[in-house]
Amino acid sequence: MALELVGSAPEQNDDLPLSIRGLTVSYGEKPAVFSVDVGFQPGQMTAIVGPNGAGKSTLLKAALGIVTPLSGQVRCHGRPLAEMRARIAYVPQRASVDWDFPARVLDVVLMGLYRDLGLLGRIRGQHRARAMECLARVGMDGFAARQIGQLSGGQQQRVFLARALAQGADLYLLDEPFAGVDAATEKAIITVLKDLKAEGATVVAVHHDLATVPDYFDRVFLINTTAIAEGPVADVFTPENLQTAYGGRLALAQMGGVAAG
Amino acid sequence: MLWQALTLQLGYNATLVTLGAAMLGMAAGATGTFLYLSKRALVSDAISHATLPGVVLGFMAMVAIGGDGRFLPGLMLGSAVSAGLGLLAVTWLTTRTRLAEDAAIGAVLSVFFGFGIVLLTVVQVMDSGRQAGLETFLLGATAGMLWNEAMLIAGGGALVLALVVLLRRPMSLVAFDPGYAMGQGISLRAVELAMMGLALAITVVGLKVVGLVLIVALLIIPPVAARFWSERVGAVVAIAGLIGGLSGYAGAAISATAPALPTGPIIVLAAFGLFVLSLLLAPGRGVLAAALRHLRFQRRVHLRQGLLALATGQPVYEPLTLRLMRRAGLVRADGVATEEGRAMAARARRDERRWQILRSDPEFEAAAARYDGLTPLGEVLTADQIAAVDQGLRPEGAV
Amino acid sequence: MGADFVMLSLTPLLIGIAAAVACALPGNFLLLRRQALIGDAISHVVLPGIVVAFLLTGVVAALPMMLGAGAAALVAVVLIEVIRRLGRIEPGAAMGVVFTAMFAGGVLLLEQSATSGVHLDVQHALYGNLESLIWLDGYGWAALLDPDALRALPPELPRMAAVMLGVVIFTGVMWRALVISTFDEGFARSMGLPVQALSLSLIVVAAIAAVAAFDAVGSIIVIAMFICPPAAARMMTNRMGAQVAWSVGFAVLSAVSGYVLAGYGPLWLGYDSAVSAAGMIATVSGVILGLAALAGPCRTGGDAQASGAFS
Repeated sequence: MALELVGSAPEQNDDLPLSIRGLTVSYGEKPAVFSVDVGFQPGQMTAIVGPNGAGKSTLLKAALGIVTPLSGQVRCHGRPLAEMRARIAYVPQRASVDWDFPARVLDVVLMGLYRDLGLLGRIRGQHRARAMECLARVGMDGFAARQIGQLSGGQQQRVFLARALAQGADLYLLDEPFAGVDAATEKAIITVLKDLKAEGATVVAVHHDLATVPDYFDRVFLINTTAIAEGPVADVFTPENLQTAYGGRLALAQMGGVAAG
Repeated sequence: MLWQALTLQLGYNATLVTLGAAMLGMAAGATGTFLYLSKRALVSDAISHATLPGVVLGFMAMVAIGGDGRFLPGLMLGSAVSAGLGLLAVTWLTTRTRLAEDAAIGAVLSVFFGFGIVLLTVVQVMDSGRQAGLETFLLGATAGMLWNEAMLIAGGGALVLALVVLLRRPMSLVAFDPGYAMGQGISLRAVELAMMGLALAITVVGLKVVGLVLIVALLIIPPVAARFWSERVGAVVAIAGLIGGLSGYAGAAISATAPALPTGPIIVLAAFGLFVLSLLLAPGRGVLAAALRHLRFQRRVHLRQGLLALATGQPVYEPLTLRLMRRAGLVRADGVATEEGRAMAARARRDERRWQILRSDPEFEAAAARYDGLTPLGEVLTADQIAAVDQGLRPEGAV
Repeated sequence: MGADFVMLSLTPLLIGIAAAVACALPGNFLLLRRQALIGDAISHVVLPGIVVAFLLTGVVAALPMMLGAGAAALVAVVLIEVIRRLGRIEPGAAMGVVFTAMFAGGVLLLEQSATSGVHLDVQHALYGNLESLIWLDGYGWAALLDPDALRALPPELPRMAAVMLGVVIFTGVMWRALVISTFDEGFARSMGLPVQALSLSLIVVAAIAAVAAFDAVGSIIVIAMFICPPAAARMMTNRMGAQVAWSVGFAVLSAVSGYVLAGYGPLWLGYDSAVSAAGMIATVSGVILGLAALAGPCRTGGDAQASGAFS
């Protein structure tokens, strides 16, 4: 078992939309994510699943450079993240912003066009039309002029998705897109995500509802600080793997639904 | 001279001021702790700036009825009233409008202070001879302080300190966990009122010595410094009191030794000095301790990741990992694993496999919850339990 | 409104307006970022800055003092950030520790320098001397076209005007990036926006505005203008652009009516001398804020469950 160690980062032969190598992120003295290697398959919908505090959101944030990892590498289509930002859209957790901010729904969706507009580019009719189109896709075109503080939780989530659509990316990273939303919103969001997949986009979403995993997603990435398993739902979403990921909290996580075996 | 001052040998008045300042500092440090722990330290800034209109109006009122405008209890009463109004304004703005507390604090402190300055210029015109004393409230002054004024300050400080000791339990509960405190049948409103009332009292008492711009330092710096030394509320309150008292004592004593050493700033700088010492040197939360811990932690993470990579035959990408492994003698300069490195990698790999088994076995749930990639198995399981885990390891074959 | 006005009131009014607007513009973003009190901290540390500048140069002149104040503001901002991060202390408390300690240092140095016979004025730093910035050569409106007279304008006016212009340009150019990173920092980072640099540049701009303004109008106006007009504006509208416009309007209104009230208010009441213009401007801005808080159309949050306390 003589091993050659390579000093500098080698070409990663995989050309995946998003691949993560040796990622460790720590808040304080306890790693939230430890030594995770994972790649996300193109044109597929992958759920990131694990118990609370398992590092799901942290993984996503580190993948996007929002938090700084202790070690590890993130590549997008085999290239450094910085070069590929235009192809990535991000939907943060709804609760991560102050919805009391003085903005209308349309203003928020237009933020997704920042890369097209730049600092000083004028917002023209075509940009507004594109933003309206994105709002229509999530069923929110009637709310364009509404103050964002007046939206329900589900409506806020749809606005965030519309903003991500406006980014015009082919890799979508979503952090708990179904958390605390009404049934109609959940349906609207999953429809949009499935459409995106049909258009060839890659979708990666942090997901907390085990019951809906098999219906919504093609693949699962199970994580609890370390990577537990990644693969097609049928292979990876097994009671054994879930037990490993959730431990004693599995019973709790399954309440309200039955995990597929 | 300094020694004499510190040992209270500079005469009756200087001694009185020094003891008064020490008492004030203790009371302020203890009171401020509760504000700091409820994350409302800067409310005291609004309180202190809001005293100015009251001081000037108190002066004008006393002159109007033919009294001495500089009568300290009267000025203190005025300042308490206007600081109370300022506090009400902060509360009203935060609860009744969408403004956050920081904005409310800033608005109240600047507007009340501005209005106070307007009144101050009115006094300057109205009675140019007698207003000279009022500006000292901005920055504080102990020179020429009267005996009964010093007594008032020391007595006020002692009273506030006694109240803090009396109310420490409910205030600790509310500062730490308002929801739980409410469940215990404690009235949040009453306790918050008490907290703010005590802060207001300290501000009013300390105004003459430290001045209204700096009194907030006595409410903020000692608690922040004390927090580095303990995780227990009671201890933090006591340490903050101690730091505040020390600063007050040393500051007043030092300032008594020379005319160009104003009391307020010296007290504040003494407190700041103690803060810097705490920030750097405190065990646990101190910066040096934390930096050492972080370096050790980073090293552990990188070594562990490197070993796991060695064991599974993956290349190591991180330059830092490689450097650390080289330094630990786990790989040679050319990047090839040493004998020791291989042995440790195998051990790390075996432990990782054991963890995997343990985490998928409901029997070890409690232990599995402690998994973070770094904790050695020996800390979590007994040798017998590890042997039991190895039972499960064997069929899959050792690495 | 003739020669007297041009000579005595025009320049203080313009300086007051420029200072108010220069502070109110960045104030809008600081307010929404829950950093409203940065202005408070900055204006307190102006004092040690000018004292140190004086001790180093030995002269009471505008330029070294502004440089000193600017340096002190930067030192304070860096110290707050360092203490906050290293000590894991909440930002408000870190701010309180830093600005009070620096202010105390300033007062101490001031007392020390005062003993050597030179006089520096704390009160000047606190409430400025707007009223004294008169234009002696401003013999009438015609003087506005007279190069000789214009040359004798108080230097505070062109300086403050230039700073205001700079702030306006910064706000205009960085608008989109500032809005996005203020609303949703994580999303801004995910698009590769330099969030930290933006946040630092905002604070630097605020510091420049504060430092330029304190010299003419004193620290009180600075704190009041950072917070009161934007806070009042927030309660008038739910749109960012409109909020900024309202805040500029309120800033101008405060500056003008505060100056007029300070100068003429006492006369109307039968007294024959003026009160502090800086103090009055701050007071008026407070009255405007109070009115907006009582009757502003958007004074309360839109939706209780949606207006989270996240920052």
